[in-house]
Amino acid sequence: MKPPDYRTPRIGTDSDAQEAKLLQAWETAPGLKGFFSSVDHKEIGIRYIVTAFLFLVLGGIEALVMRLQLAGPNLSLLTPEQYNQLFSTHGMTMIFLYASPILSGFSNYLWPLLLGSRDMAFPRANALSYWIYLAAGLFLYAGFLSGNGPNDGWFNYVPYALRQYNPGLNQDFYSLGMVLLGISTTIGAANFIVTAFRTRAPGMSINRLPIMIWGTLTANAANLIVVPAVSLAFFLLWMDRQFGTHFFDVAGGGQPLLWQHLFWIFGHPWVYAIVLPAMGMASDALPVFCRRPLVGYSLVALSTVATMILGFGVWVHHMFATGLPGLGLAFFSGASIVITVPSAVAVFAWLATIWLGRPVITTAFLFFSSMILLFVIGGVSGFMTASVPVDWQLTDTYFVVAHLHYVLIGINVFPVVGAAYFWIPKMSGRMLDERLGRWNFWTMFLGFNLAFLPMHLTGLLGMPRRVYTYGEGMGWDTLNLITSIGSFVFAVGLLLFFLNVWKSLRSGAAAGPNPWDAPTLEWAVSSPPPPYNFAVIPTVASRHPLWEDRLDEEGAVSSIERGMLLDNGKETIATTAVDAVPDMVLEMPEDSFAPVLLAAGAAVLFVGLLLKMWLIAGCGAGVAALAMLNWLWPRRELREREASP
Amino acid sequence: MSLAPLGYLDAAGQRARSVLPLTWFTLIVATVVCIVIAVLLWMAIRRARANGGQAETRSIPVERGGNGIRWISVGLLVSAVPLLVTLVWTMVALASVSGPPAHPGLTLDVTAHQWWWEVRYDAAEPSETFATANEIHVPVDVPVLVRLHGGDVIHSFWVPKLSGKTDAIPGQTNLSWMQAEQPGRYRGQCAEFCGWQHANMSFEVVAESKADFARWRAAQLQPAPEPITPAQERGQSLVQYRCGLCHQVRGTSAGAVSAPDLTHLMSRRTIAAGRLLNNPGNLIGWIQDPQGIKPGTQMPDQYLSARQLADVQAYLVLLR
Repeated sequence: MKPPDYRTPRIGTDSDAQEAKLLQAWETAPGLKGFFSSVDHKEIGIRYIVTAFLFLVLGGIEALVMRLQLAGPNLSLLTPEQYNQLFSTHGMTMIFLYASPILSGFSNYLWPLLLGSRDMAFPRANALSYWIYLAAGLFLYAGFLSGNGPNDGWFNYVPYALRQYNPGLNQDFYSLGMVLLGISTTIGAANFIVTAFRTRAPGMSINRLPIMIWGTLTANAANLIVVPAVSLAFFLLWMDRQFGTHFFDVAGGGQPLLWQHLFWIFGHPWVYAIVLPAMGMASDALPVFCRRPLVGYSLVALSTVATMILGFGVWVHHMFATGLPGLGLAFFSGASIVITVPSAVAVFAWLATIWLGRPVITTAFLFFSSMILLFVIGGVSGFMTASVPVDWQLTDTYFVVAHLHYVLIGINVFPVVGAAYFWIPKMSGRMLDERLGRWNFWTMFLGFNLAFLPMHLTGLLGMPRRVYTYGEGMGWDTLNLITSIGSFVFAVGLLLFFLNVWKSLRSGAAAGPNPWDAPTLEWAVSSPPPPYNFAVIPTVASRHPLWEDRLDEEGAVSSIERGMLLDNGKETIATTAVDAVPDMVLEMPEDSFAPVLLAAGAAVLFVGLLLKMWLIAGCGAGVAALAMLNWLWPRRELREREASP
Repeated sequence: MSLAPLGYLDAAGQRARSVLPLTWFTLIVATVVCIVIAVLLWMAIRRARANGGQAETRSIPVERGGNGIRWISVGLLVSAVPLLVTLVWTMVALASVSGPPAHPGLTLDVTAHQWWWEVRYDAAEPSETFATANEIHVPVDVPVLVRLHGGDVIHSFWVPKLSGKTDAIPGQTNLSWMQAEQPGRYRGQCAEFCGWQHANMSFEVVAESKADFARWRAAQLQPAPEPITPAQERGQSLVQYRCGLCHQVRGTSAGAVSAPDLTHLMSRRTIAAGRLLNNPGNLIGWIQDPQGIKPGTQMPDQYLSARQLADVQAYLVLLR
């Protein structure tokens, strides 16, 4: 291997010749070849977004069917097993296949643009992460569509998940699918972390990062630590089921609570991982519409990290009723109450930003600002469940269902739709319709609150979670009917969103590079951005490169049109981790079929494992090994070996 | 709230009652916080009017504005007060309700099964020990210790008016306790997902005066009444052959313990873990079609003739 490339890049200005040269190096081939081989972060980001939204629709349909069953007492639209598979698949879909991947999608698309770079640090790993996510999604849904969906909730408690009580393939699909998905999440997390620390534009020191980068970085640092716990748990479950090990089986000396610890030590940090990036989006977009910088940038960035650190110490609040000792419960109860403090920092920062700014009301602004209220409602109900004795009543009732939907819809779906209104013009070059946008927002907002605000009361009146039906005379009939109606209104609202996107792609107004007059680097390039993102690598001198002329940034002048040319093939710059001082030239890989082949091989391997057909598993492993060999073969263009003599 | 049998905003037992003030406090704090934030947000957004309703961001100039850190510091200081109060109160409440009573007046062993509750009344004398199902009788004003066992998968024992949830987990014995304040029937429900009939896994706690409880207990200790009529005799033999593989009727050869004890079946208000009211009609309906009424229940369909059903019914209604 040759030493890193420390040559000093030429400096120059953006020109047509430069752009043509870069286009040739960076453009993905058209057609199927390009589709399967592209490593362009923008392509991959859009694929993530489209796939995640498809899963959102599937999970939504599942929810609506459940709401029909629960609209009144003693209805029999669904059998208990159908209902159990539906609610489990709904949870799995929304949490694993929508909420996290949608944020990966936006981050994949936006990160290099926000950071002033030409791609993610590991473009091929990025493609691999998407393909494995798709494979895992298809694998899990193959189970559901063949009547073998998960049927024990997304949390999947043992012993019910063990073979003795759950003899079908349901749990095998779920456990293997989750192990496969875990590979995707882990690869993606490593890629985000290295990208954040190493491929920022020169001058973008760590205190100039957009908050969205802080959110996604923090979330992925957590993922890297906690995803192995859940992958291990599912792997052990599969071993218990198929090979007679006794990790969880009481009769063999196993421990049902081991599952709960492994699951929730992952599960709770994960909850923060699927909201922190979305909170980051709001922190970056709200100031644009308030026409001023975010209040308390440093505090918000630090509170993002603090949330995650505290988030590692609260998982037992999912297990308050499991008979753990009081002293332990007290610790986790205290941590769960304290974690509201960093969240409060973000809330007050957003409020102050709006209050001290001059808000311009757009659809995106409505989605982001309403998120503040929904976040607070979800936050305070979470604060109630943090108190152990109170939680002994609240837990496993519809109060918790209401809570988690305020958190996940309020702090994930709402800001994500807001982000779509904000950034789709960047991705497609076309604006979304503002009038339809208002209809979209108000239908979603009213439908959501109609469905989930009364649900708190349903919970306080004692309705347990995960019941396929309920009797008359429990006091829940009217409330459930209202929730069912609200859920359909919410679904219509979401439909209006998709309609607006479709309309915009067909006939939306042209966006231009910076339709919102926003301050960050992604708005410095055309919409949609060219394959190479930046014709010259920008040099950043402040937190708001495009607002410098109007804000007093102590005379900072970022350079967008003049910078490193880096046009000898696919190149970008690596900078140092904290101060973003240029460090070395990075040769970026060409498009490659290795990622899609590796993912296909892995998928076949997992199908083989599922069916215990070792020949198929072996073939899958073989394909995966060949793809890896191709991937890792040292190449001259990447300076991985010397030129042949 | 009495319209909601599982509601927990009112209480009928000391353990549940002592948590109520904290529950209401957190609920009120939560509501007030939501209202305050909603009002602040509304007022902040209304400032958009100062822009003359401009919907074009570019037309409003960018300004640095105030730094706004005071919002965060004041906000945090104000939030810290209810947080601290809740934290301390939580610890105090936890200490007062978590520990089981040192001197329980009654100790029960409750084993949760898919999908019913087995209840054993322990005593020093083995002859004083008996089992029943899905209906727990307790004397009022007596602290009752409940030892929870998981029979198969994880379940959770919950009587909202008397006590919060404690899981019943295979391989470990968890402790719960309750102390009813006045006579009455209080609904309980499994609160941890346990499979197909999790929804229909409820029970009742019957709190009664000490004298009534003693009478009930004495009656439960009796063996099953003897059949009198020929139909009852035929019924008894059918029950022994057909039901005795899983159920017990003390005093007969039906002696299995993997399903509810039927010795005093008719003393209970409901059958099938609260799914049906217990009357002769429902009883026969249940025996004929358990899978229709409670899909997935461990009780198999029986395929009895009409006459056999009538005989079984004649015998079972004897079991008071």
